[in-house]
Amino acid sequence: MKRFQCNICGLIYDESTGDPEHGIKAGTRWEDIPEGWTCPECGVCKIDFEMVEI
Amino acid sequence: MGNPVVIVGSGLAGYAVARELRKLNAEIPIVMISADHGGFYSKPMLSNALSTGKTPESILNGDAVQMASQLKITIRSHCRVTAIDQPGCAVILVGGEKIFYDQLVLALGADQVSLPLSGDGVAKILTVNDLDDYKKFRDALAGKKRVTIIGAGLIGCEFANDLATAGYHVDVIDISAQPLGRLLPSEGGSFIRQKLEESGVVFHLNASTQSIDQVRERLCITFANDASIETDIVLSAVGLRPRTQLAAAAGIPVNRGIVVNRLLQTQFSNIYALGDCAEVEGKVLPFVMPITHAARALAATLSGNPTPVLYPAMPVIVKTPACSTVVSPPDFSIQGEWHVDADKDGVKALYRDETGNLLGYALLGAATKEKNNLTAQLPPVLM
Ligand SMILES: Cc1cc2nc3c(=O)[nH]c(=O)nc-3n(C[C@H](O)[C@H](O)[C@H](O)COP(=O)(O)OP(=O)(O)OC[C@H]3O[C@@H](n4cnc5c(N)ncnc54)[C@H](O)[C@@H]3O)c2cc1C
Ligand SMILES: [Zn+2]
Repeated sequence: MKRFQCNICGLIYDESTGDPEHGIKAGTRWEDIPEGWTCPECGVCKIDFEMVEI
Repeated sequence: MGNPVVIVGSGLAGYAVARELRKLNAEIPIVMISADHGGFYSKPMLSNALSTGKTPESILNGDAVQMASQLKITIRSHCRVTAIDQPGCAVILVGGEKIFYDQLVLALGADQVSLPLSGDGVAKILTVNDLDDYKKFRDALAGKKRVTIIGAGLIGCEFANDLATAGYHVDVIDISAQPLGRLLPSEGGSFIRQKLEESGVVFHLNASTQSIDQVRERLCITFANDASIETDIVLSAVGLRPRTQLAAAAGIPVNRGIVVNRLLQTQFSNIYALGDCAEVEGKVLPFVMPITHAARALAATLSGNPTPVLYPAMPVIVKTPACSTVVSPPDFSIQGEWHVDADKDGVKALYRDETGNLLGYALLGAATKEKNNLTAQLPPVLM
């Protein structure tokens, strides 16, 4: 499972935990998150994230 | 091909427009002009960088050269625009060079307000409004122990928490009776004050700073009531003033910010503004979320599909780990009042109009769990 970090606020999206509060189930891969999903902290969209090495 | 889209400013607003526009149009020439280094970084990260283990170098996400190649744009860094030749559709740089545009985007940001203080220590006051400022601040911190922050607003409280966590002695001065006076009702102010005090921050409220004097290696801050404190570093964070001078000098209407309509368009149809410098339909909203929304709409408009900006409710998370806080400030011009539920674990403050509609909120501590549920009930900021 990979982790991705928001360029703007530093929030980390971890594929293993997902974002259940916003309808993204644990285990959802980055590629499978809908384009309309935004960072739950600061509101930017997917393209503003970068992959973080674990 | 005509002249490029010229973006003045390389902050989050300038970059958001460049990125969104490039997504929609691979060909359109884009020139970004910036008075600073022109690299991409996220300004909100400055006020929690110590706690998150970041340095000024690691905060820089990509320098101007990397960003120019990534976004396929031209970046002119360390170039200040001194004037806009509106009839001639050109901006003029220091030294006189003219750059012609088809469409001009002003993403100039805002200046930190400086207080009118006396004393021979005034020149030592630091502010942090960009990455270069932050580098100076971090250099100044080396070997020092005591930092005094003037201004207990969002930025002041965030820096206070960050510095206290990193082991500095932090004093915070504000002229009002509570921290975050513009965002929180008094119960919320007391709650965050207590949490920050527990993490070591010392507040001096209802205190008007008069003068700052150099006393040997230190700075002495004197209040209007003649009390004083000593400190190593003074950081001022008392407010922002949108940068409107360039626009005003070119005859573009300005009010608090550069006046734009829902298309982010000034009075001149090919000159636009967004971000901290702009006043959109009467609103100056110096936060990230409005920039993201504005940039997406503006990119569509610039690529030939006029798109008015819509702002949903846009809660702001205050980055004070000592006291989790999220606010969605109401439009205080609408008649309403705060309804506050406070206990030892948190504060839930809801701002409702006379008929009970939710217009805004402030949630602290345990109450922040209700953020999503309450946000869903808020009216859009601009619909
Ligand atoms: C410490 C701190 C923490 C923050 N935390 C948060 C947060 O957690 N959440 C949130 O939503 N918001 C936060 N904010 C606010 C947010 O960072 C700003 O709203 C946003 O960064 C503004 O971006 P901008 O591009 O409009 O302006 P700026 O980033 O100020 O960019 C302005 C650009 O214009 C250039 N420029 C200006 N004049 C000229 C000229 N004449 N010629 C050429 N170039 C020029 C400058 O060099 C700069 O590149 C924070 C702000 C600060 C200071
Ligand atoms: Zn984010």
